[in-house]
Amino acid sequence: MSLATSTIAHLRQRLKAGEITPRDIVQDVAKAIEARNGELGAYLSYDTEAALKEADQADQSLPLGGIPIGIKDNLNVTGQPCTCASKFLAENYTSPYDAGAIQKLRQGGAVPLGRLNMDEFAMGSTTENSALGTTRNPRDTRRVPGGSSGGSAAAVAGDIAIAALGSDTGGSIRQPAAFCGCVGLKPTYGRVSRFGLVAFASSLDQVGPITKTVEDAALLLNHLCGKDDRDSTSLNVEVPDFTSGIGKDIKGLRIGLPKEYFIDGTHAGVSAAVDAAIQKLESLGAIIEQISLPHTELGVATYYVLAPAEASANLARFDGVRYGHRSSSASDLMEHYLKSRSEGFGPEVKRRILLGTYMLSSGYYDAYYLRAQKARTLIRNDFTEAFSKVDVIVSPTSPAPAHKLGELKDNPLAAYLEDVFTIPVNLAGLPGISVPCGDVELDGVKLPVGLQLIGKPLDEVTLLRAAHAYEHAR
Amino acid sequence: MPAAHIDIQHVAKLSRLSLTPEEAAHYEKQLNGVLAYIDTLTAHDLGDVEPTAHAMPVWDVTRADTSRPGFSQEQCLSNAPKRVGDQFQIPKVIE
Repeated sequence: MSLATSTIAHLRQRLKAGEITPRDIVQDVAKAIEARNGELGAYLSYDTEAALKEADQADQSLPLGGIPIGIKDNLNVTGQPCTCASKFLAENYTSPYDAGAIQKLRQGGAVPLGRLNMDEFAMGSTTENSALGTTRNPRDTRRVPGGSSGGSAAAVAGDIAIAALGSDTGGSIRQPAAFCGCVGLKPTYGRVSRFGLVAFASSLDQVGPITKTVEDAALLLNHLCGKDDRDSTSLNVEVPDFTSGIGKDIKGLRIGLPKEYFIDGTHAGVSAAVDAAIQKLESLGAIIEQISLPHTELGVATYYVLAPAEASANLARFDGVRYGHRSSSASDLMEHYLKSRSEGFGPEVKRRILLGTYMLSSGYYDAYYLRAQKARTLIRNDFTEAFSKVDVIVSPTSPAPAHKLGELKDNPLAAYLEDVFTIPVNLAGLPGISVPCGDVELDGVKLPVGLQLIGKPLDEVTLLRAAHAYEHAR
Repeated sequence: MPAAHIDIQHVAKLSRLSLTPEEAAHYEKQLNGVLAYIDTLTAHDLGDVEPTAHAMPVWDVTRADTSRPGFSQEQCLSNAPKRVGDQFQIPKVIE
């Protein structure tokens, strides 16, 4: 059996026992990519030779020594492309440095392998906004993998990656993990350095693992976190051993069900799978309580002010002068900016830049940005209040299973509303994880359903304990 | 609250994007739809609420005022779409 189907935990044991080498793992993953990437379109590029070289030099005494990890194509890795799935960066950009998260991964011994597809600049929830290729859901290739970290989730669930990194601004790790049937963890805002992560919405973006199991998510998170003085929002807090709760029971753990997250409009099959998961958690000794997050209905509107506004500012750096696409037909500097940006960016990126620029333009700031920041306070206060009563909050990750390719294309509002359960977690900066909780049958195919667990700020240990207990009992 | 209506060509210019008339009409329609949804924020009285910029607030982040290694000039220029010697080249800006 190909080692590409293995988990980090299992590979570590086999490496330790001397049964396999890091080279064996990289070779098997490369073979799996060659066999199935044509169908899935998860990787935009990969350099087997470079990974083999690193694997041969890997320090196997390190916790992730020699384990290859797929990287979303918006994290800089020295000498590799970093396209953000955009034409703007596809032609001639090679990263001159490692992102903070990549440095941490390397310190743990891991080997970055391959660049994974995504929605352009992480804007989207289907990966259909990639300018560089279509990624398909491994469970049903007529369907999207979710997004924006769709390549990462499809690669992990499709067994062409051991594990991967993604980034999550409004659900971009958790939702594709739910759609593809794997585990996706967004850490507390500030846990992981954003240095070298191409910025989308800086007050919301966070890097995190996409893995086959909860234990692997904990193992990988152990080698992503920590203060980085190149990211002023990274937190100077203790990094615990995130595996310390794995395998422990959840007797007496208080789990909250927000009534605003259990609503009409959620697919019946998703509701049934989540209800069964809640019963399972209760049978494991958790105490289930009804709670309320009364400002949930403001979440999507708040996000679609803050995220485009921050994006419009962040993407101003793409001017075609220092890197990226430069129009060949501009005669003066203004035309150079207009043409380089218009030729380089795709429709969803343009939509969000336009929306954000409008909302930050003279006369509109108070009406939109300031108002959304106030709404953000109410949403955050809701969670603070809820977490005075419960330890973990549970909900569906997404109101529906994976859509067919093209189903939400060019209907931005309908697509935005799908993020209703994941967005508030980013607005409040909380850790959240999606774990598989069953299937819903559509068109004769069983599609995965994700259970979202939300934790207190910096309490990933409890979150992972609860997620693992559920995963183990399922 | 201003009426939700985007002057798309003005905003495009501020965004340094050029849109064909067809694109402008298409985005204007879509974005006015999104803005109408965003106006749900107006239904709530947010007057006295303190704004939140970051969920995990940190203040006055400083680092030691000492030099440290950075990119070399060659690294900075390595991705330049057009360069002349050790400089980025841009279209003429001064007549």
